[in-house]
Amino acid sequence: MNSGAVVTFDRAAGESLPVRVASPSRVLAESTDINITGLCKTFDGQRQVLRDIHFSIPRGQAVALIGHNGSGKSTLLRCCLRLVQPCSGAVSLLGSDITTLGARQLRGMRAKVGFVFQRHNLVARLSALTNVLHGVQARKKGPRTWFHSIAPQKDREEAMAQLHSVGLANLAERRVDGLSGGESQRVAIARALMQRPKIVMADEPVASLDPLAGDEVMGLFLHRIKDEGLTLLFVSHNLDHALRYADRIIGLRDGRVELDTPSKTENLATLRELYG
Amino acid sequence: MGLVVFTAHALHGTELSSLSLMDIAAIPANILRLIGEMLPPGQVELARIVPAILETLQMALVGTVLGVLVSLPLGILAAKSLSPNRLLYFSARGVVSFCRTVPDLVWAIFFVIIVGLGPLAGMLTLLVDTIGFAGRFFAEAFEEVDSGPREAFSAIGASGGGTFFSAILPAAAPSCINTSMYCLERAVQSSVILGLVGAGGIGMLLEEPMVWHNYPEATTVVLTIFAMLVVVEQLSGRIRYHILAN
Repeated sequence: MNSGAVVTFDRAAGESLPVRVASPSRVLAESTDINITGLCKTFDGQRQVLRDIHFSIPRGQAVALIGHNGSGKSTLLRCCLRLVQPCSGAVSLLGSDITTLGARQLRGMRAKVGFVFQRHNLVARLSALTNVLHGVQARKKGPRTWFHSIAPQKDREEAMAQLHSVGLANLAERRVDGLSGGESQRVAIARALMQRPKIVMADEPVASLDPLAGDEVMGLFLHRIKDEGLTLLFVSHNLDHALRYADRIIGLRDGRVELDTPSKTENLATLRELYG
Repeated sequence: MGLVVFTAHALHGTELSSLSLMDIAAIPANILRLIGEMLPPGQVELARIVPAILETLQMALVGTVLGVLVSLPLGILAAKSLSPNRLLYFSARGVVSFCRTVPDLVWAIFFVIIVGLGPLAGMLTLLVDTIGFAGRFFAEAFEEVDSGPREAFSAIGASGGGTFFSAILPAAAPSCINTSMYCLERAVQSSVILGLVGAGGIGMLLEEPMVWHNYPEATTVVLTIFAMLVVVEQLSGRIRYHILAN
């Protein structure tokens, strides 16, 4: 699962280039789901958030993106779906460069990627079941995907099954503004999986939860991702989660990839160096 | 300083400054005399008053419903965050502002000239009035919706329609329902005035006794209007509560 060959780097010697870089042979492999080359993003023409990002992620790999606040993690994730427009570089998802896609094709590509937000971004006044059902809009269009009451029975059953898989079948009819943070995030995960995605991206999915709920949700999340054999790129400030749940860890510092390494070769102490 | 001078001039313009002590002393007596002439309320045939109430409610209901239906797409175009381009945004804002800034009575006279006396002119006036009011508040409600769910629907690859009906409208619904019910209450109130220029409704029933100084009959009509407004307000409040609670 891991990216394989690495280049070592000695921070003490003052080097400032990436610590470990994925092998080019893996980057160009046919089974590569995410391939980012030369990605740059500048806000307001001045603040450079991403600088020449390069990495690729093979199918089925779980990758944790770590780094300081403001190091560009969330922007990188958003650039991957063009929720934020990159300034230059290419982002290839499932073989298509999304920076060159038209609006319709872009929607089609986004549909294949489940995205879990830090603040879950559910529609507050609607039920958990309706929110999960909305994930079907990645595959189907039209009014029958907008409202739970007129949705096809098959879709409702699938949404219910997704809720069941995240342990919330008993709260299906409950409005999501009445759910706890952990429950809401589980609904958001079910919605992302309802898309039947090939790739899942998550921006600090458990940052707003207490440690216990965070562990529980993260465990469930990764379990579902592995079950479905999906590729995962998730942002986390929790280094323990990065070590425990990711196959590989990419560290950003000042908008650059400063660390790219298999997680099993790392420990908390070495990862903390990135924050030093 | 300019404002003070203008206000002083305005006092003179409204003849307030030219009121003598005698005039001021006569006001309470005039009020009491009018009240005396208005009471007791006179008899108005039910055959006249019931159809007038019904016509008023019909005008208000149809004008509001059609106005709200037109205001929804206009509100989308007039919301900065949803409008597809600047031309449509400014055009929609312009239409809504124009509908709102031209007074009801001017619209009523305009429609009476176009479609003739009667409830159709009144209904069209209320429709335009609703567009001016609801169009603006719908646009504001859509703009104020939390951007998070919208971003989530963009990330899903949902269509514009899907994003609007699944994420934006449910979030803006309480505000839109409040606005719509308030429009209905306003429409019933406005329809009273519209009748005075021949645009149908119970206002037309008020015109005759006022012109002929038949104050007891006017009192009955005014009390009927008051009762009708109270009932509409109560009903509107209950409907609003019922919808929002669910």
